[in-house]
Amino acid sequence: MTTTAPAVEVRDLHKNYRGVEALRGVDFDIASGETFALLGPNGAGKSTTIEILEGYRDRTSGTVSVLGVDPEHGGLDWKARLGIVLQSSGEQGAATVREQLTHFAGFYPNPRDVDEVIAAVGLEEKASSLIRKLSGGQRRRVDVALGIIGRPELLFLDEPTTGFDPEARRQFWTLIEQLKSEGTTILLTTHYLDEAAQLSDRAGIVADGRLVEIGPIDTIGGAAARVPLVRWTRDGVVHEERTERPGEFVAHLTTSGEPERLEVIRPSLEDIYLELVAK
Amino acid sequence: MTATIPTRTVVTPARIVRNGFSRIRYEFLAYFRQGDAVFFTFLFPVVMLTIFSVAFSSSNFFGKDAAGHSVSAAAYYLPGMLAAGVLLSGLQNLAIDIAGEKSDGTLKRLAGTPLSVTSYFIGKIGRALITGVLQAALLILLARVAFGVPIPTDGAKWLTFAWVFLLGVTTCAILGIGLSALPRSGKSATAVIIPIVLVLQFISGVYLAFTNLPTWLQNVASLFPLKWLAQGMRSVFLPSTLEAAEAGGSWNLPGVAIALAIWLVVGLILARVTFRWIRKDS
Repeated sequence: MTTTAPAVEVRDLHKNYRGVEALRGVDFDIASGETFALLGPNGAGKSTTIEILEGYRDRTSGTVSVLGVDPEHGGLDWKARLGIVLQSSGEQGAATVREQLTHFAGFYPNPRDVDEVIAAVGLEEKASSLIRKLSGGQRRRVDVALGIIGRPELLFLDEPTTGFDPEARRQFWTLIEQLKSEGTTILLTTHYLDEAAQLSDRAGIVADGRLVEIGPIDTIGGAAARVPLVRWTRDGVVHEERTERPGEFVAHLTTSGEPERLEVIRPSLEDIYLELVAK
Repeated sequence: MTATIPTRTVVTPARIVRNGFSRIRYEFLAYFRQGDAVFFTFLFPVVMLTIFSVAFSSSNFFGKDAAGHSVSAAAYYLPGMLAAGVLLSGLQNLAIDIAGEKSDGTLKRLAGTPLSVTSYFIGKIGRALITGVLQAALLILLARVAFGVPIPTDGAKWLTFAWVFLLGVTTCAILGIGLSALPRSGKSATAVIIPIVLVLQFISGVYLAFTNLPTWLQNVASLFPLKWLAQGMRSVFLPSTLEAAEAGGSWNLPGVAIALAIWLVVGLILARVTFRWIRKDS
């Protein structure tokens, strides 16, 4: 039985910018073939972490291994195994979608088919349009297409669906499921918690330069955070009660009259997340 | 534990060259889709040649050829505009273009791909060469057809043109890559680069007759490549009767070759030291 080393290993990662500690000791692994979501508020350190892994930034201390290579010394052959979708940029876009993808495909040893990638991101009708003429969401889809054109082993997606309409997001999710089934390892940052829940196997939550939580999506925050909440109003006062047996609790509640605005809430990932980052 | 698939060598020298040619094609297409770059670097010398040729069309103070015919304004200005074109297509265009690519995220995106910096440079220099050739052809054609400028028939003159042009474009392109580090942002690039290029044109014998400048200014201009480039171009297109009017009474082609070669080396060092895909931690 062969044990595959993690695609990404991060140990005690620190990053200071002119005395400001952006990362204060982050540890995580991403298994080969896994989809891992890095969540957290703006400025928490998500992009700093991902850019260190991509080789764009040097770390202050700690160890990092990406596909067995230290990103600070990653050469072209290493980059040929990665796909990077950065946060959106303002390039000139003086090439058409097909020209751009064909050109970038040439950089890689074993690229995907250009037309298949154009179809996968739903830009068939825009294939011959100049990128600068596209809408923000369409340009973002070109970014995603450029990230996967090289058939990467490891794909970085930094807020990939910003500016997508709901249909484009669903299409993007389908694409990611397909990449996962092909064995691509994916590191995703997003502000859409439903997206993280939908796509990722595990998630880490970064707040204030630290990883405050890590685990499979359905265990994030621990069992206590998932206990259903019963909320009701009586005599103008809002009451809340966390209970594992909400049905029994509500039945008991109604013995003293019908409560106003009765709700039974199962905390969503978003609720748990907000609780975690607020600490 | 380290059972991760080892990284194979996939970016071979052959691929680097192939990607370089792919970049030339890509850069060339992109260049002609940007209206302002086409005007300020490609058509500018053409417009200036037209203006000077028309403005001084009845002037006869540009000297006489061996047969005693006056040299026309168009004939006099053609070599200067060819030299200016090389400077604009090479230095100005690349310096502004790369500074822009640095700040708009183009270089950051390329830095995340297995594209080699060498391929990127091949693309930039190749584009400067192709646009430079087209520009020179357009200038010569305009001078010949619209203003009746006599074009050399001597093969040796064209050989001189070929090496001055090739050395000039390459030197200017590489200097452009080096100078792209100077502007702090893509937005300020035009404001930083154009004055440098404009001053060089005024002191290097492009718009004003070089020998009419004060000696100290001639000496200053002689430190920079454009003066030599213009001189080399004059040796090709002006009648030999005008050689005596040059500084030192000679076209001094060895001097042209040496000056351009020195600037080529300076440019290579500058580009090597200053060029980065991205400024880490910026």
